[in-house]
Amino acid sequence: MSALEFAQKIKARFGDVISEPTEFRGEITLEIRNAERIVEVCEFAKKELGFNYLVDISSIDNYGEDPRWTVVYHLRGLAHGGELRLKTSVSEEKSELPSVIGVWRTANWHEREIYDMMGIRFRGHPDLRRILMWEDYPYFPLRKDFPLAGKPTDVPGVAFTQPAPLEGGPFVTAPGGKDAIQREPRVRNPEDPSS
Amino acid sequence: MTEVRKTEFCDPAARIAQAVQELQDAPGERMVLNMGPSHPATHGVLRIVLELDGEVITKADPDVGYLHRGDEKIAENMTYTQFIPYTDRLDYLAPLANNVAYALAVEKLLGIEKDLPPRCQYIRVMCAELARVSSHLLGIGAFAMDLGAVTVFLLTFNEREKVYNLAESLSGARFTTSYTRIGGVMRDLPPGWTEQCRKFCNELVPVLNEVETLLTRNRIWVDRLRNLAVISKEDAIDYGLSGPNLRGSGFEYDLRKAQPYLCYKDLEFDIPIGSAGDCYDRYLVRMEEMRQSLRILHQCIDKIPGGADNKSNEPVNVADGKIVLPPKQKVMTKMEELIHQFILVTEGVNCPPGEIYFGHENPKGELGFYINSRGGGTPYRMKIRSPSFVNLSIISKIFPGCLVSDTVAILGSLDFVMGECDR
Repeated sequence: MSALEFAQKIKARFGDVISEPTEFRGEITLEIRNAERIVEVCEFAKKELGFNYLVDISSIDNYGEDPRWTVVYHLRGLAHGGELRLKTSVSEEKSELPSVIGVWRTANWHEREIYDMMGIRFRGHPDLRRILMWEDYPYFPLRKDFPLAGKPTDVPGVAFTQPAPLEGGPFVTAPGGKDAIQREPRVRNPEDPSS
Repeated sequence: MTEVRKTEFCDPAARIAQAVQELQDAPGERMVLNMGPSHPATHGVLRIVLELDGEVITKADPDVGYLHRGDEKIAENMTYTQFIPYTDRLDYLAPLANNVAYALAVEKLLGIEKDLPPRCQYIRVMCAELARVSSHLLGIGAFAMDLGAVTVFLLTFNEREKVYNLAESLSGARFTTSYTRIGGVMRDLPPGWTEQCRKFCNELVPVLNEVETLLTRNRIWVDRLRNLAVISKEDAIDYGLSGPNLRGSGFEYDLRKAQPYLCYKDLEFDIPIGSAGDCYDRYLVRMEEMRQSLRILHQCIDKIPGGADNKSNEPVNVADGKIVLPPKQKVMTKMEELIHQFILVTEGVNCPPGEIYFGHENPKGELGFYINSRGGGTPYRMKIRSPSFVNLSIISKIFPGCLVSDTVAILGSLDFVMGECDR
């Protein structure tokens, strides 16, 4: 069975909650319109369609758009070799969605990492602590409004928290800008919309 | 009148038994031991908070992140080509394989992975397999040294040095190779490289045999590793293990066979798997993987299009000036190439909007890149799926019940690298 057929099965089971499958470079992506139902969809994919391996969960910050967060699940069925990507969006006010740790236990660290880096919370996660940054770190560094050079933090004796000396290196560039100044993240202040 | 005094004599055995009982029930009698982050057996900066009941581990909480450098954030702020040197520093024991994985991911986004010239594909396969050999040599050497077999460490490090010599003549750097480019490789094989490589492959076999005689049937080695930290097939899949750790649990899954990329489908090799899923099986799988890698290397040297010296001038880069930097001579003399060079250096390769995931069979497991592009020369978001990070998450499951001295063996058998885990 091809990935598209798997996607259509999920679509047939959940109807309007699932968007039409899109294909890019041979990979099928399904969007789940209601993030609350992610666990149901994942359980169905695992139990009925054999997607027993969760490769990865990643998160995207669509800064300046609503909903702000996108969480991306990459599924694989080891027996049939099919792959499927599930995406769901979460608004900034909510910043919370159910945890899929009950479906695949590998979700544990992936979800902790997303909480650590983006600040999206996973409801039902048994141990939602920071994983890469230290416990009292006050920011979420992968958010687009967190500057590349970093921010000083008041945790004396824990880590080096001054902005990085090169402040991003000599040739940095960011996507989306109209001209070279816009693409230069060091001069752009994400918290100031006019710049 | 005699005074009768009653004296209570306690049975000493019963008293001791009661004291022991009280001690066992007393709260807070478990000891917390902090292992790492700077500990020779944690292979980098892994910290594990162990809760001990005597010598037995009752709880283990791995603490990662000491080597976090924000690679994903950095990737969002530079062109695709500029990120290649950062991939060297992910799994720094197999930089060549990381280079290949990253280049293939960006090429998948560009849709050109099928257009790679055959010579480039063979070179990349050789890079990936050399990296696998070097990573496993270190993995097994350090594993054995942690358990007291220092001879093995010296033997494997000697051979690993030769891999670095090969990497040096290939890319100019021993560790931080940055050898691949988007759409090709930095340069063709230097003259005589394939012969050097074949010589290395031939010389490695007796060393592997020697390592096997030192370890495989060694009573201490077997006694310490058999039935230790058994990971069932179901657990391995549930925890997302990949690479030798998944195959050690008896599940035959290798991305080189399951989703063949480059020229792997033209090459013959076997996928070794374990039967019990214990530390010993993971050791055996790594040993056999090295032999299979040598088999692949021999085939590549024999079959590489253009041969050793590339007499027929086979290309090693895709023929697209908008992806690969044009030759310098043309940049200096031709207008179009000059423009290509300028755009490529300032803005990067123009990738289409879209998202891809590419998983590469790295020595440690599946190294994946999820790239979300909104067009242009920079990724909007790049997630690195690092095998070490996922493989380490099983520690809190397999450690309880083991002895403190077993931690060293289990960590050695999982074979992780913190540079990749923490990114």
